[in-house]
Amino acid sequence: MNEKTLEKLKILADAAKYDVSCASSGTSHGSAKGGVGTAAGWGICHSFTADGRCVSLFKIMLTNHCVYDCAYCVNRRSNDVRRTAFTPDELAELTIEFYRRNYIEGLFLSSGIIRNPDYTMEQMLRVVKLLRELHRFNGYIHLKSIPGASQELIAQAGVLADRMSVNLEIPSEQNLKILAPEKNYESMFAPMRFIQQGMLESAEDRKRLRSAPRFVPAGQSTQLIIGATPDSDRQILSLASKLYKRPTFKRVYYSGYIPVNTSDSRLPVLSTAPLVRENRLYQADWLMRFYGFRDDEIVDDAQPDLDLEIDPKMAWALRHPEHFPIDVNTAPYEMILRVPGVGVKSATLIVASRRYGRLTSAQLKKMGVVMKRAQYFIVCRELPMNTVNELRPEYVRSIFVEKPKRKGEDSLQLKIEWG
Amino acid sequence: MGLTVFTYDKTFDGLLSCIFFAYENRVFPDLILAEEAQKSLFTEISYRVPTEDEKAVRVWKSLERKLSPMARKAMFAVWLSELEETDMLLFRYIRKNIDAPQGIEMNFGDADVLRCEEIARKVAKDAQKLIQFIRFQETADGIYFAPVSPQHNTLQMVARHFKARFADRQWVIYDTRRRFGIYYDLKTVSEITFSEEDAEKLSSGKLDNAKLSESETLLQTLWKEYFKTLAIKERVNLRLQRQNMPKRYWKYMTEMQ
Repeated sequence: MNEKTLEKLKILADAAKYDVSCASSGTSHGSAKGGVGTAAGWGICHSFTADGRCVSLFKIMLTNHCVYDCAYCVNRRSNDVRRTAFTPDELAELTIEFYRRNYIEGLFLSSGIIRNPDYTMEQMLRVVKLLRELHRFNGYIHLKSIPGASQELIAQAGVLADRMSVNLEIPSEQNLKILAPEKNYESMFAPMRFIQQGMLESAEDRKRLRSAPRFVPAGQSTQLIIGATPDSDRQILSLASKLYKRPTFKRVYYSGYIPVNTSDSRLPVLSTAPLVRENRLYQADWLMRFYGFRDDEIVDDAQPDLDLEIDPKMAWALRHPEHFPIDVNTAPYEMILRVPGVGVKSATLIVASRRYGRLTSAQLKKMGVVMKRAQYFIVCRELPMNTVNELRPEYVRSIFVEKPKRKGEDSLQLKIEWG
Repeated sequence: MGLTVFTYDKTFDGLLSCIFFAYENRVFPDLILAEEAQKSLFTEISYRVPTEDEKAVRVWKSLERKLSPMARKAMFAVWLSELEETDMLLFRYIRKNIDAPQGIEMNFGDADVLRCEEIARKVAKDAQKLIQFIRFQETADGIYFAPVSPQHNTLQMVARHFKARFADRQWVIYDTRRRFGIYYDLKTVSEITFSEEDAEKLSSGKLDNAKLSESETLLQTLWKEYFKTLAIKERVNLRLQRQNMPKRYWKYMTEMQ
């Protein structure tokens, strides 16, 4: 390691930073005998960058050379950027050194496509093999699967990696054709199927033989770019929901499009990344994964896009006032979870505590229920003051629509001085 | 009638002895203080409660019958919080559990149960932050050294994690505020303290360059540059950064220097 390593590191970290995924969750294992590293089951963030994002894994590209020319990608062939590559030894050593200092939870390795998909996948596989076999590293490894790589290589990688992923990036086939004419939609789903097949087979084998090798124990994930194409939230969420129905699928990431290639006429001109929309999509994603909502409850044909002004749970509650108010002292857990202002933690506490006596609003507040939101939707020991039914959904909505911030006040508007 | 005050040696066993003492003599304290604490000026009835292992064990055994392992662990976490209120809070919590026919650990409608849960969560969170934000530096003799200053006394809560993770190297995690550390010698983790003079030097958390391994400085530079490069400038959000990684943890973090 020397000064040259520093140059490479800067270029390849810069190339990798737009990938959102950094989670190190979904699997736990102890360290290898005489080796280093464990996985903790829940993700551990080791730092937070200036944009507030978590640094859990050492997110890096093996190389930023690429044979493809996808419109949305910073590393596309036609971009004039400095190109470089790590050798597998170099990268494995750097990973271990970072890991030993508790900077990271493991490695998230991605790569541009050099020569062909199989060659690229082989190079990435070498890094992982060095880590697992030479350095006896048993921390977390997230490996990008290269679309078009052979099933055999994916089978080898799956035994060594904790998580594998293929980024769909573009939510629909017709838009992918426009932005990345060299890629085809089907070739993105093929490796997902290989991975799933491997995982299910390994699960079967492990029923018979406990020592059978685990295959991608933390499951797979993918990423969708938001706002680079005209795809609606309904399309995005229904795609996500279909993916979550697959038994091996753990996460879908949404990445607000940042205009990295401004000269391309196929892409929209955005002054800022669609961060609010991205945030609402994550909220909707959480509703699907932890709150028992179906995608067609959150958005439908009548309203194909999420409401940017209020969160999707509140939006659902206001569209369906007939379900409210609900009595927290008797309602089932699933219904309590649907109340705006109640999260998984407070819903669990409510259900556990109400056996000891009827709960009051003061107790609810102490348990972490956001009464400012929940008060319009519940009955507890006190009678409700005004529920969403008396006040009308439109009025309740107006309370929660975020008012424009003071700081952004129009400076051309003259202020009226009162007395 | 003045306040009833118990004084004890500020150990967990001592607190359990206080419980035994109270039931044995049918006196319940309004206040529990460490022996060296200044006496209040109010007229008071004061008892000095001796710590007796045997009695502490008996109290603990009775708690084992009433509380789940998780609740007992949470109780111990409350103890490690070192907050001023913990002596009386834990006393009331234990007493309520002993008096009730069954344990009341799930009754979050009770203010003490909820408060214990809150503090236990806080302490667990503090320990979690330690696991996240500790930074080791490799010394010339191959020992990995990490200075920390957690809010609560959480060092022993993270020992297992680091012992499993870095099993093949010796390491020291040193609490500069409480002036003790834990040391892993490739077999077990034990508590260590340094001489007064060394402790004073270590309070800054910085080791002399001469004491660092050859590659340590380069690696720190590599990490700092990597960290800087990773931020997307179109999305800069320093408030979110501070929310996820409060400033009090920055002191010993390589990338924040």
